[in-house]
Amino acid sequence: MTKAHVTTSVNGDPYEFLCEPGETLLTVLRDDLQLTGTKEGCGSGDCGACSVLLNGRLVCSCLVLGVEAEGAEVQTVEGIGNNDSLHVIQEKFLEHAALQCGICTPGLIVSVKALLEENPNPTEEEARYYLAGNLCRCTGYDKIIRAVLDAAQTMKEESAI
Amino acid sequence: MVSVVYEAPNSIGEAVRLLKESEIPARVLAGGTDLIIQNNSTEDQSRLIVDVKKIDGMLDAKFSKDGLELGPSMCCAELTARGDIKQTFPGLVEAAYLIGSTQVQGRASIGGNLCNASPAADTIPALIANKAVCVISGPNGERNIAVEGFVTGVGTNCLKEGELVRLIKVPMPSERSSDAYLRFIPRTEMDIAVAGAAVSLALDDDDVCVSARVAIGAVAPTALLVESAAACLIGTKLDDVALKNAARAASESSSPISDRRGTADYRRHIVGVLVKRAAIIAMQRAQGEKV
Repeated sequence: MTKAHVTTSVNGDPYEFLCEPGETLLTVLRDDLQLTGTKEGCGSGDCGACSVLLNGRLVCSCLVLGVEAEGAEVQTVEGIGNNDSLHVIQEKFLEHAALQCGICTPGLIVSVKALLEENPNPTEEEARYYLAGNLCRCTGYDKIIRAVLDAAQTMKEESAI
Repeated sequence: MVSVVYEAPNSIGEAVRLLKESEIPARVLAGGTDLIIQNNSTEDQSRLIVDVKKIDGMLDAKFSKDGLELGPSMCCAELTARGDIKQTFPGLVEAAYLIGSTQVQGRASIGGNLCNASPAADTIPALIANKAVCVISGPNGERNIAVEGFVTGVGTNCLKEGELVRLIKVPMPSERSSDAYLRFIPRTEMDIAVAGAAVSLALDDDDVCVSARVAIGAVAPTALLVESAAACLIGTKLDDVALKNAARAASESSSPISDRRGTADYRRHIVGVLVKRAAIIAMQRAQGEKV
């Protein structure tokens, strides 16, 4: 089978890769581009661990083909913060202990960032509905939602300065 | 795993040619939320995937004087964010909003929901209630088919070799009309309909229902247009008797199965309740209420 040559942008950086046409964007990110922040949970679009933005839209990267990234802009958790400079959302997740095993966390961070860009001031209900596609088996969600609402408040105060 | 050949044609003609001439099983890719999962479980050795999202108009939606011209591959997230569509077809938009998660709605499309032909597809009853028509392109040119005739069984549709849905047309509703879609699930989100019901209706100046269409989902192998239920509403002000009769007609038209989501008896009952409630919401919307 001929591999496809794909030119794309990930977190603002240009990337080129070769992939099998049936390979998912998730596999490409993790195995070919070594961007392992994006996690594989269910592989069937139910759990949200592999959430990324594709052309600004929140999607499960396990339900996107790598070849569909041609000419697209992909944003992953690696583009949101790093060890030296965490994003407010990441800081709030730590502060509120909004994670235990951590597998769902990168997907949640990506989704929460998308949520707060669409709706900077979500109610608890709005946040819970928006994030319904990010499953967490550890926390019971309460701490996650507290972190999200706190992050929203902090981001709002910071942008007001 | 299936070996995939991927093509992303720029024109309908090229897509039709690829689908028609393929020597291996060919599938159309829109949002991929069903197709890419099926890639992992198919018995096909190889598959041609024809990504139709680069074809002009596939991702657009616009209103003409005749109604909505919906690109079948537009993702649900984009559709539900469109104020003009929501204002005209709130029921269709609420059906799209119920599909999967935010992530799934970022990819899943109405055309995909239709072609995948799940009995529990949320947007199909809403399309039927709104008299939507599929414009199909194929090797012999174009043909139109009403959505209620498009799905032929569980997971099957009327597309012949080389054909694909190019456009979904939803006629402009008349004055004082609206629609609504309700489904029942045991959870609050991220679930598949136990039963669903869509109602579209129009009122005259005295609030008498002058036309109605009722469609039900997840209670038969395909979504059904229930003319007997609509007939119970037409000519009434949707009083209790009319609503009860419409509910009974919907229940009687259904032929549900028992599975882990619900028993046949329960589904038969609940689909009537949903018809009744959806009719009330559609009526309130037609009267200008924000519900």
